[in-house]
Amino acid sequence: MTSDHIRQVILEILERIAPDEDLTDLDDARPFREQMELDSMDFLDIVMELRKMYRIQIPEEDYPNLNTMAGTVEYLLPRLKDVAVGA
Amino acid sequence: MRYDTVIIGAGMSGLSAGVRLAYFEKSVCILERHTTIGGLNSFYRLRKRNYDVGLHAVTNYAEPGTKQGPLSKLLRQLRMKWEDFDLRPQLRSSIVFPDCKLHFTNQFNFFVEQIAAAFPHQIDGFRRLVTRIAEHDALDLERSALSARQVVSEYIRDPLLVDMIFCPLMFYGSATPRDMDFNQFVIMFKSIFHEGFGRPFDGIRLILKRLVRHFKSLGGHLKLRAGVQEIRQTNGKATSVLLDDGTEIEADNILSSAGAAETMRLVDPHAPLMKAQPGDISFVESISVLDCEPASLGHSDTIVFYSDSKDFHYERPNVPVDLRSGIVCSPNNFDYSQPLEDGRIRITALADPHYWLNLPEEEYLAAKEYWNAQIINSAMKHLPDFRPHVVDTDVFTPRTIRRFTGHLNGCVYGAPEKFVNGQTSVRNLYLCGTDQGFLGIVGAMLSGITIANRYLLK
Repeated sequence: MTSDHIRQVILEILERIAPDEDLTDLDDARPFREQMELDSMDFLDIVMELRKMYRIQIPEEDYPNLNTMAGTVEYLLPRLKDVAVGA
Repeated sequence: MRYDTVIIGAGMSGLSAGVRLAYFEKSVCILERHTTIGGLNSFYRLRKRNYDVGLHAVTNYAEPGTKQGPLSKLLRQLRMKWEDFDLRPQLRSSIVFPDCKLHFTNQFNFFVEQIAAAFPHQIDGFRRLVTRIAEHDALDLERSALSARQVVSEYIRDPLLVDMIFCPLMFYGSATPRDMDFNQFVIMFKSIFHEGFGRPFDGIRLILKRLVRHFKSLGGHLKLRAGVQEIRQTNGKATSVLLDDGTEIEADNILSSAGAAETMRLVDPHAPLMKAQPGDISFVESISVLDCEPASLGHSDTIVFYSDSKDFHYERPNVPVDLRSGIVCSPNNFDYSQPLEDGRIRITALADPHYWLNLPEEEYLAAKEYWNAQIINSAMKHLPDFRPHVVDTDVFTPRTIRRFTGHLNGCVYGAPEKFVNGQTSVRNLYLCGTDQGFLGIVGAMLSGITIANRYLLK
């Protein structure tokens, strides 16, 4: 998967977790939590949705990498590079 | 048969936990002894009419699209939509004590203004109490108990106002007599006064049926008429459940919404491993079906909490029914787009479970009829005389509650002592629901979600 694909996947996950948020103007460089109502339960759900979709285990110490869209994409890119789009 | 998790009880908490687990691909089976779902918040049909068992109102109301608060949190967690709950807001509710009446709606400021007008000397203290409540993290699972009466009395000096604030909160969620744990007080205060009441047009069955459909669509199993007679363990770790019909179902984890004492009895009926006392706060409820809308008789309050004595007595009465106080609920008086099929008045009062549970069968029906008339009679101070319009009546008692929920004393709000972190003395056996400690419909659902997240999704 490319960066663009991963970004799209994360957006879809955020839409599932927080359907009442408008994500059209999401700033990739700013923390999610500054831009939307996302508590720790929601945040854990991002990790769990990724595990469900791609069988990827994200250890707790890596969670800070997932605070922004840019950080999440950068963190996932090498881990999902062999995953086919739509898989 | 083997599952990742077996859940005992298909009520709000068990179903919500089940949805979380099934969504994240755990194999999960919900076992329900009764012939239908819902537990304490179920529904039934009697003489061609639909009834809700416990529901007066869903607390924690929020407008669709709200991003914060418990209701929004639980919809997100369950991946369900606002439409799935179809909550319509209340019109207005009241707290009525001798010589004093306070109204409240789902707009908290209106309640503050009511208190400022009726208790001008207490309003500053009340505002400080509201700040204290706002700063309190009631979802902290590692909390210690604190007397709510003691905390509130630091802010409010007038005992009448103290009792008027406690009255709805205790009636709608206190397992302990006379006082509440401050944490519980905060949860109830926010859910009733800050957020307020709502109800689906179709009643509780709508929410339950959508939860079940969602759960099954995610691959979860639900077995009705599947009572658990024993929770089996090996070396202090729960391993399986034995059903009434002799079937054994193995599971890595067992999550029970049956109540703390009730669950530990399933582990070992003779030597309970954990001190867990069932509660004894219970109610009798009179349900009248009317041939007209209550509003057409001049009653448009959604819920009236009343006490005819200046001191509010929230405890097990030493008479069959405590007629000094009660709750009048009209499910018609919510902001629907069309009227309900018929008019309803539900009047609920504290009852002595021992009386109702020990009554000989041949006296039970007559006692229900007698006390139904007494309850209605005592509530007449607070609503127009609807008796000529009654076309059908149903009454539930602690005996009814015990039959349908298995709660030992027919107690509605479970054990006085809560097991907030959901753990028991048996490994891999967890509690959710009433005895875990988040109450109300939204609370019960959050209870299932919270315990599932914490222990069962690893």
